[in-house]
Amino acid sequence: MSAVSEKFGAYSTWRRAISPTGNTGDAVFRFLMLLVALLMVGIVLAMVIALASESMLSLRQFGFSFLTSRDWNPVKGEFGALPFLWGTIASSIIALLISVPFSIGIAIFLVEQAPRYIARPVGFLVELLAAIPSVVYGVWGIFVLAPILRNYVEPGLAKWFSWIPLFSGSITGYGLLTGGIILAIMVTPIISAVVRDVLAAVPGSQREAALALGATKWEMIRVVLVNGMPGITGAVILGLGRALGETMAVTMVIGNRPEISFSLFEPSYTIASAIANEFTEATGDLYLSALVELGLILFLVTFVVNGFARLLVWNVTRRTGGVERAA
Amino acid sequence: MTTLTGLCTLLAVSALLVILFYIAWRGIGSLNIQFLTDRPRPIGEGGGVGNAIVGSLVLLLISAGIGLPLGICVGVYLSEIGRGKLSHAVRFIVDTLTGIPSIVTGVFVYAIMVVPMKHFSALAGGVALALIMIPIVARTTEEMLKLVPHSMREGALALGAPQWRVTLGVVIPAAASGIATGAMLAIARISGETAPLLFTAFGSRFFPESLNQPIASLTVQIYNYAISPYDEWHAQAWAATLVLMTLVLGINIMVRFLTRSRLR
Repeated sequence: MSAVSEKFGAYSTWRRAISPTGNTGDAVFRFLMLLVALLMVGIVLAMVIALASESMLSLRQFGFSFLTSRDWNPVKGEFGALPFLWGTIASSIIALLISVPFSIGIAIFLVEQAPRYIARPVGFLVELLAAIPSVVYGVWGIFVLAPILRNYVEPGLAKWFSWIPLFSGSITGYGLLTGGIILAIMVTPIISAVVRDVLAAVPGSQREAALALGATKWEMIRVVLVNGMPGITGAVILGLGRALGETMAVTMVIGNRPEISFSLFEPSYTIASAIANEFTEATGDLYLSALVELGLILFLVTFVVNGFARLLVWNVTRRTGGVERAA
Repeated sequence: MTTLTGLCTLLAVSALLVILFYIAWRGIGSLNIQFLTDRPRPIGEGGGVGNAIVGSLVLLLISAGIGLPLGICVGVYLSEIGRGKLSHAVRFIVDTLTGIPSIVTGVFVYAIMVVPMKHFSALAGGVALALIMIPIVARTTEEMLKLVPHSMREGALALGAPQWRVTLGVVIPAAASGIATGAMLAIARISGETAPLLFTAFGSRFFPESLNQPIASLTVQIYNYAISPYDEWHAQAWAATLVLMTLVLGINIMVRFLTRSRLR
């Protein structure tokens, strides 16, 4: 008896959860939408499961040493991801070092300084940088940026700064520096767009208060920056997430050699470019499985990085509904 | 200080202009009717990217066919139906899906479609692009639906319409132009994707005949030509890049002009 009423109770709770109006059409409609929404969660889970099961061979064989071994030699069946981890992290850090000051400068200019009739079209042009496909940046990198770096910039740097290990090594034009610069151009519009939203979400009263206390315009902007710091951090981490996973442009200019070198000029290799480059050529199950494991690592890292960044940005912009206003 | 921040902005804008003009300058030389309609030929025989243009359009159609309805449904769920923790979780998942590197999406689709089917196919490429498209469409749809005034929903409900008719008949039509904008931007975004196609659609030197076969795409063709050692193919890569950029920037600028009045 009680079991029946419990079951019935659960049924009616469910029914109410799906359709508060009690209308059959509503129930069907809401259920379908819910199903599609849950499909999204399902896709993410399926990604983890599919990547993990395809890389099981490599996971079993190498275990944790996959992350710490620096030997990547498919012919001998040795697979270590360290050179790729190094290349991915190093190129992303170079990109952020170049891009973050620029992005913050652009955002300050567009939100705090430029008059509206300049800010709107210029903001659009900066956003267009994000619309350029990755492979186009790659083509431009191979035929324009790499030759310029090889012929003019890198020899100059090597001449004056060769006592720093960063600027030693052979000059090819394809390496960490080229990859980092291309990445910097690619993440700048992303970071600056989010920083713009964050700055626009800082309440006007903060600016008025600073000015009323006798702050100069620059001091007022510093107050705004301090106020938006969590959001700016989020924007930078969001840019990091993008840089870590960027594939085509980096693959085309970074040189693709699985070695760990501290020189900015020497060829390097990132996780994404290793997958792009070697996946279709991978002979043997273990090789393929090792490449899928690289994909799994990239997935997990970018998932965590992006999730963290979203939380930071959400907290800032949702408080005041700044996203709508900035758009 | 204004000088410094202005300089940052100026540099970013000039980077854009330099890239665009350089593409136009290098690409325009090899652009002609044969290039746009022919399929690739061996070195020295000319040839073109006609098959890749058709292939890209086929891939866009498949992915839009899958991605738009699903993306819009998720957007409707987030804006009209979802409440509480579950909808927050879905929104979070959708947002992080946007950030997953497209190459990983490619590996995923390889694992779930190419491995069981045992060959590369246009269908797999379309699914990979759809997966990239869904979160973008979902979030723009959600934002646009939220802009529809509550009074419209209440008015329709007060007339006795059930929620599904309110949503389908009143709310979505009111936001239709915004949703279309988001869809266009998503299409522009995926038409530039290369990485997820490398080992799903793979590429081909012929015009597409079946969705079950590997298919060429403009982006993969550009990549293959650009990393080849031949000058003739390099020239073709630039011309193909010009075609791709015209498509992508064309959509972006068009959307901008169409939405200008609404954003103000």
